[in-house]
Amino acid sequence: MTTADQTGDTHHEDHAHSSPTQLGFWIYLMSDCLIFGTLFATYAVLGRSYAGGPAPQDLFELDFALIETALLLFSSVTFGMGMLRMDKGDKAGLMKWLIVAGLFAIGFLAMEVYEFHHFIELGATPDRSAFLSAYFTLVGTHGLHVTFGTIWLIVLLVQISRKGLTEATRRRTATLSMFWHFLDLVWIGVFSLVYLTGVVL
Amino acid sequence: MRPEIWNIIFGKLSWDDIPYDVLILDVTFAAVLLAALTVFGLITYHRKWAYLWSEWFTSVDHKKIGVMYIVLALVMLFRGFTDAFMMRTQQALAAGGAQGYLPPHHFDQIFTAHGTVMIFFFAMAFLVGVMNIAMPLQIGARDVAFPWLNNFSFWMTVSGAILLNVSLFIGLLGRTGWLAMPPLSGIAYSPDVGVDYYIWSLQIAGIGTTLSGVNMIATILKMRAPGMTMMRMPVFTWTTLAANVLIVAAFPVLTATLAMLALDRYLGMHFFTNDMGGNAMLYVNLIWIWGHPEVYILILPCFGIFSEVVATFSGKPLFGYRSMVYATCCILVLSFVVWLHHFFTMGSGASVNTFFGIATMIIAVPTGAKIFNWLFTMYRGRIRFETPMYWTVGFLITFTIGGMTGVMLAVPPADFQLHNSLFLIAHFHNVIIGGVVFGLMAGYQYWWPKVFGFKLDDKWGRRAFWGWCIGFYLAFMPLYILGLMGVTRRLQSYTDVGWQIYFIIACIGMLTIGAGIACTVIQLVVSIKNREKLKCGPDPWNGRTLEWATTSPVAPYNFPQDIVVTGRDAWWQMKKQGFKWSTDYQPIHMPKNTWAGIVPAFFALALGFALVWHIWWLVIVSFLAAIGSIIYHTFDFDRDYYIPAEEVARDQEKAKEAYV
Repeated sequence: MTTADQTGDTHHEDHAHSSPTQLGFWIYLMSDCLIFGTLFATYAVLGRSYAGGPAPQDLFELDFALIETALLLFSSVTFGMGMLRMDKGDKAGLMKWLIVAGLFAIGFLAMEVYEFHHFIELGATPDRSAFLSAYFTLVGTHGLHVTFGTIWLIVLLVQISRKGLTEATRRRTATLSMFWHFLDLVWIGVFSLVYLTGVVL
Repeated sequence: MRPEIWNIIFGKLSWDDIPYDVLILDVTFAAVLLAALTVFGLITYHRKWAYLWSEWFTSVDHKKIGVMYIVLALVMLFRGFTDAFMMRTQQALAAGGAQGYLPPHHFDQIFTAHGTVMIFFFAMAFLVGVMNIAMPLQIGARDVAFPWLNNFSFWMTVSGAILLNVSLFIGLLGRTGWLAMPPLSGIAYSPDVGVDYYIWSLQIAGIGTTLSGVNMIATILKMRAPGMTMMRMPVFTWTTLAANVLIVAAFPVLTATLAMLALDRYLGMHFFTNDMGGNAMLYVNLIWIWGHPEVYILILPCFGIFSEVVATFSGKPLFGYRSMVYATCCILVLSFVVWLHHFFTMGSGASVNTFFGIATMIIAVPTGAKIFNWLFTMYRGRIRFETPMYWTVGFLITFTIGGMTGVMLAVPPADFQLHNSLFLIAHFHNVIIGGVVFGLMAGYQYWWPKVFGFKLDDKWGRRAFWGWCIGFYLAFMPLYILGLMGVTRRLQSYTDVGWQIYFIIACIGMLTIGAGIACTVIQLVVSIKNREKLKCGPDPWNGRTLEWATTSPVAPYNFPQDIVVTGRDAWWQMKKQGFKWSTDYQPIHMPKNTWAGIVPAFFALALGFALVWHIWWLVIVSFLAAIGSIIYHTFDFDRDYYIPAEEVARDQEKAKEAYV
């Protein structure tokens, strides 16, 4: 068998048909997942080292955390609606839903900032105890991810409005959608391990 | 007291942080400055800046990026070896009340630098370089999956290396050892900037390494030539896959752990402190959950290099291909369940220690299987003793000894005696020099002709090998003995003069290794001088895998046409079937070069420096600049171009003429 009959251009074609971006981004998400894994493990080890300071029962309000969770989940749902519009080739619909998703995310971030501020006012600062260090770092890392996701969303909106639904903008939207849902999943872990377990157990 | 405005502009940095009163550093600084001025002067004189920028610094070609990684690694080898030189000479002198020439304050920085530089910036950089050069060629790909990311990863590694080396002349490096264990590395016991240099240098380089891992995995999974199934991949590609899976799974743990250490130091948090509920042993666990896989990240690709070398120079297919692949995967999994053997003495109890002791010993089984596979590959083969084979045979013997002392350390009761002794130092140098360095050198000799189109000089190559090999035994066998006598690591001086003779022998060994390194440098110079005579064709070693199918040096697009793979040892089969490249050339789709690797990485370096010295305005500016430059890059949608068919035809013809 020789390759003499092969054309040199098949690379370009499978470039277009199966870009490695999706797979690559999945692998990146797994590495990010391990950063969260490390922070979760740290929280599991240090989560009861209060050093005489406030404990979860003194700080967390489940209603508040529940609303935060709802905002983030709605943000995911609306992003999903946007993806459906994208599949239909509806640029305006996609952008509308993405803006809604972004607003939910900003609402979530605002609540988180308010919560952190509130805790710090109560004297529950990150340097008060190992528990609080672990809490602020875990939840804050998630919040930073949401912040970056939101910046990415804004950049993407500009690009979609300028370029329309090209192969590149579609691919980027699909990639951001993976990131968005991934952050939801991590938050479910935060809500269960930090807030629920902290108050109920 | 300086005015407040200075504190705002320069943070903690002041003239007192420049260690101009240390003679060794003055001399080093003068030498580095002179070398830098010479290099810069020559580049400017020959007007090569534009060439370097457009052909190398911004290149997305995986071969060029690989070469740049190896250049970085060789420079860092020089740095790391200088540290080794100082430690060995100091310990050969400082016996029985003598203090040698290095005060503890300086000596402790040197062993920290030696470990950090050698692992992160010599071994890792060299390895990623070799993987970059060889792996995409072995799978018949045009480039890696994400060429821009590849360039960015490289420059992040460079930024990390620069930041670490800046600590030589501005401020100081941590005195904590290469893993910066708290509470010693906490703000209470290391209030200066040494640990901060360490943290930010590794964070910056770590981002590069992780992204490069993602890139390599995606490349192997998505970019293989048609017909190359997983079980047809060359073993080096398999081990590259395994090592990069380890990178993606382990480096995030390092990133998170160092981030927490940084939070302890910068914001007064209590992850690893002695008070307020912190737990220093948590750090030790986390750092080794990264650290143990790290040693397999280093050794697995080297196993792959030896597999390629042995098969090629024995003129036989690799013995037990499948068992080699399965052994690699076994090691990959097992490497995550042995971390606790680094601190049996922590006192986790007999059951935990037993579990980790046995898990560690089990790793010897797949590794042993590999050793036998290499031996059986050589058995009844037509062995050609080219330079790469010297390193391979040297490895087989040396690494086996290192493996055995490793199993000794895996026995918890024995480890209670040997923990943190020179026996441990001898063990890990035994496997890292005997395994990783020998492997990297074998790969360097083996793939050099592919990259540059001429072979490296034989004679100086063999001399380099003997220098390293004999030097290794002289330098580290005495440490085994000292370790059994109870000598601990990291001693700036000692009272028992009975130990001194062993340290002197070790010092002679270090000098012999130095001679080996010198031979490598001479080999490089001699080979470049005689490059016309050493010129070779596409397949100088009568190789078996696809990288030998294309021209040497390799064209930017790697292969003029796509290859269809029909079995293992693809090139060997193609040769047997009388393969010829078609002359029906087509335009080839290629990524464009980009500034978006080196520029954000430069801002990352500025960010790291600003964080070390608490220069907050620069932190904000460089952070925004790094993110901003990447966002700006995402607005560039015009990232590729076509090489016209005529150009492909032209340089393929030229390449053919070159070695007829």
